[in-house]
Amino acid sequence: MSGEHILELRGITKDFPGVRAVNKVDLDLRRGEVHAVVGENGAGKSTLMNILGGVLQPDSGDLFLDSRPIRFVDVADAGRNGIAVVFQELSLVPSLSVAENIYFNRQPTDRIGFVASRKLHKATRQLLSLFKLQVSPARAVAELSMAHRQIIEVLKAISLRPRILILDEPTSSLSATEIDRLFDNISRLKSEGVSFIYISHHLPEIFRIADRVTVLRDGKIAGTFGIGEVDEESLVKRMVGRELTNMYGKRISQIGETYFQVERSGGETKTPLCLALHKGEILGIAGLIGSGRSELAMEIVGITPNRQCNILLNNEQFRFRYPAESIEQGVVYLTENRKELGLYLAMSVQDNCVAPTLRRYTNRLGFISDRQIGSAALDARHRFNIATPSVRKLVGQLSGGNQQKVLLAMWTGARPKVLIVDEPTRGVDVGAKSEIYRMLRDLAASGIGIIMISSELQEVLGMSDRILVMRNHQFVAEFNREEATEEKAILAATGLAERAKKLSGQEL
Amino acid sequence: MKTEVEPKGGPALQSQQPSQLMLERLRRLTSFREFMIMAIVIAGCLAMWITTPIFMTFGNWSALLLQVSIECIVAIGMTILLVAGGFDLSVGSTFAFAGAMTAMTMSSGLPPWAALLVGLAAGAVIGFCNGFIIAKIGINPFVTTLAMMSMVRGMLLVITRGRNISGLPESFRMIGQGNVHGVQNPIWIALLMVLVGDILLRKSRFFRQNYYLGGNERAAMLSGIRIDRLKIFNYSLTGLLAAFAGIIMTARLGAASVTAGTGLELKVISAVIIGGASLKGGEGTILGSFLGSLLMGILVGALTILGVDVYWNTFVIGATLLLAVLIDTFGRSRRKLQ
Repeated sequence: MSGEHILELRGITKDFPGVRAVNKVDLDLRRGEVHAVVGENGAGKSTLMNILGGVLQPDSGDLFLDSRPIRFVDVADAGRNGIAVVFQELSLVPSLSVAENIYFNRQPTDRIGFVASRKLHKATRQLLSLFKLQVSPARAVAELSMAHRQIIEVLKAISLRPRILILDEPTSSLSATEIDRLFDNISRLKSEGVSFIYISHHLPEIFRIADRVTVLRDGKIAGTFGIGEVDEESLVKRMVGRELTNMYGKRISQIGETYFQVERSGGETKTPLCLALHKGEILGIAGLIGSGRSELAMEIVGITPNRQCNILLNNEQFRFRYPAESIEQGVVYLTENRKELGLYLAMSVQDNCVAPTLRRYTNRLGFISDRQIGSAALDARHRFNIATPSVRKLVGQLSGGNQQKVLLAMWTGARPKVLIVDEPTRGVDVGAKSEIYRMLRDLAASGIGIIMISSELQEVLGMSDRILVMRNHQFVAEFNREEATEEKAILAATGLAERAKKLSGQEL
Repeated sequence: MKTEVEPKGGPALQSQQPSQLMLERLRRLTSFREFMIMAIVIAGCLAMWITTPIFMTFGNWSALLLQVSIECIVAIGMTILLVAGGFDLSVGSTFAFAGAMTAMTMSSGLPPWAALLVGLAAGAVIGFCNGFIIAKIGINPFVTTLAMMSMVRGMLLVITRGRNISGLPESFRMIGQGNVHGVQNPIWIALLMVLVGDILLRKSRFFRQNYYLGGNERAAMLSGIRIDRLKIFNYSLTGLLAAFAGIIMTARLGAASVTAGTGLELKVISAVIIGGASLKGGEGTILGSFLGSLLMGILVGALTILGVDVYWNTFVIGATLLLAVLIDTFGRSRRKLQ
């Protein structure tokens, strides 16, 4: 036992193309403390945790474990040094049993080297009892609820007997009693000397469990506090406190009449919801990841059709059963997942640009004109400032920013009346970001209504004429551009509803 | 999609120097998969011509093309499927089943044209079933068509009681045995179908959707392509083409054999992959598949003429497939490094 700190970070920096995700971060973790890390989406929390867990290597800076300098080569290396991480995206193998998952790759074996099932199941049952979980160790993880999977994930980490346990949003799908059990276990392990790094958006939880809290903002530390020194409001202020730069530009469009309405009388979650969009308006939808924003968009355009989702466009009633129908009516959706759902990475820029509009380059006999496609693509390259030497280059070889511009070119080519953009600047560097903002402004100026879903609050505030905040598949607050602040939006999105009500102009 | 690269030099190049343009055109032409296979085919033929002059005789080529032509017709459908990211193992069984259906209905007194339609319909229905199960129920193409392969072959044995059917009318046999200008009908039919198919897959909007489907299925759905309908169409078409090839084969032999088309699916898939298609989807052309079939036909023909034991044929076909894929993989990783 040497020193008060089990883990120290000094000047940790990590760059991604175009972004400094983590910038000279200093952080101390004391023995047997719960150290909360808070910050907005994109503040660098996950990157920092990935560095601690050995998933990523820092570009510069030092890590000290028990005051000795150390570097983790990979996850296994971090594990050998007593660090276990429960990641936000679950890492279980659905087809394997609970026991196989918890003791993945280190199942107890008998003398010959076969898995000792009885021993394995007994150990698993002991772990499950920590959460009073009535689940058979032999059950396949695929059959479990999300909440139970999240608990299994935590148990898997606990079973490694770590000295440091890193939890990234561990309660996102847990019920109140399950959260209580998690906290009981954290307290128990804490008293045994285990240290925790606890990441969460839910500030009340942090005040229940944490000893200290560190605020991250734009990859930098915005302060570390004893939990008694701060309250929720001051934390939120620290999380967002920054001046908006003018990269978002100014509104250049005239806002016209309401022409597009969505009425969902009950989806999977049975929560009615409605939304109205004006011509030339940019409507921002804020909310946490998993609040149901993308799901709503996918219901609107018919990717996941919902019978209860009625659409009124220019006084005509629609219900889209598949994207082909919504595209025909000019309601288009730019996915947040451009690599998997948006683009054809192994195809050329020009083939991508015309994907939804092939019909326009087709003559009466059904034949395509490659010449017209080529010139349309060259035109798009010019208009959207896509940096590529040739429109025949494969989209997969372009940078993230240019890929996003191709996606934008692809869908604005479909002459949309309503444009739904989902995380339009995810993984895009600052330069391309401001260009994309300018393009969105131009589109709005041409009379198109834009719905912008984004987890980046500054982006929503900087771009939107009106902001809706979503939580649990419902709109929980609406703000005009003038009255919106990041603080209000965060409070509404994280579910500090009462306070949000006091601050918000109107309640939906 | 390298298939759309126009050798004439696209708009992107217009600003370049003429000499550079020529070089670029040449580079692009040689980067065609078809070009490479064509070169191999020509080189192989020249070598054979010099060593064994009998190879370049009309008789030899006629026999060689006749064999290739039947496979080619099946390969057209298979190419479309592979481009769209699917494939079909049941074509060999469909091939035999359709031939037998046509022969049996004809023996029971149906006029040849009606019997032909019955055979074609049988193939289309089998293909439709494949497509429906894959697109609507979501069972993967491998399992679905593997099961179908077995089921269709089984049905064939049940309805024929395992016996071959011969004694078919002259007018029907002429489809496979007749010739125009000394070249047998099946060769003309196959060449015509390859030509039309190649143009359609390259240039028509409807068929071109397959490159998007194979390139990224989910993105294709989001781009407004009715992917389930397209898949069902593709499998139905493949079934239809396999049936057509089977009927032509029956006409040529003057009899329907219950073992016809055994192993045809693997031969055809090999030819299509040698011709530039990828099992990952999004790539391939019908011209390429034709050249792939031709290359394999020439190889087998050459081995026979050279007096190599016939038992080596199967081995050589497998080795060629592996070699083609290896060359392609190396080419790809090199391109990626650039």
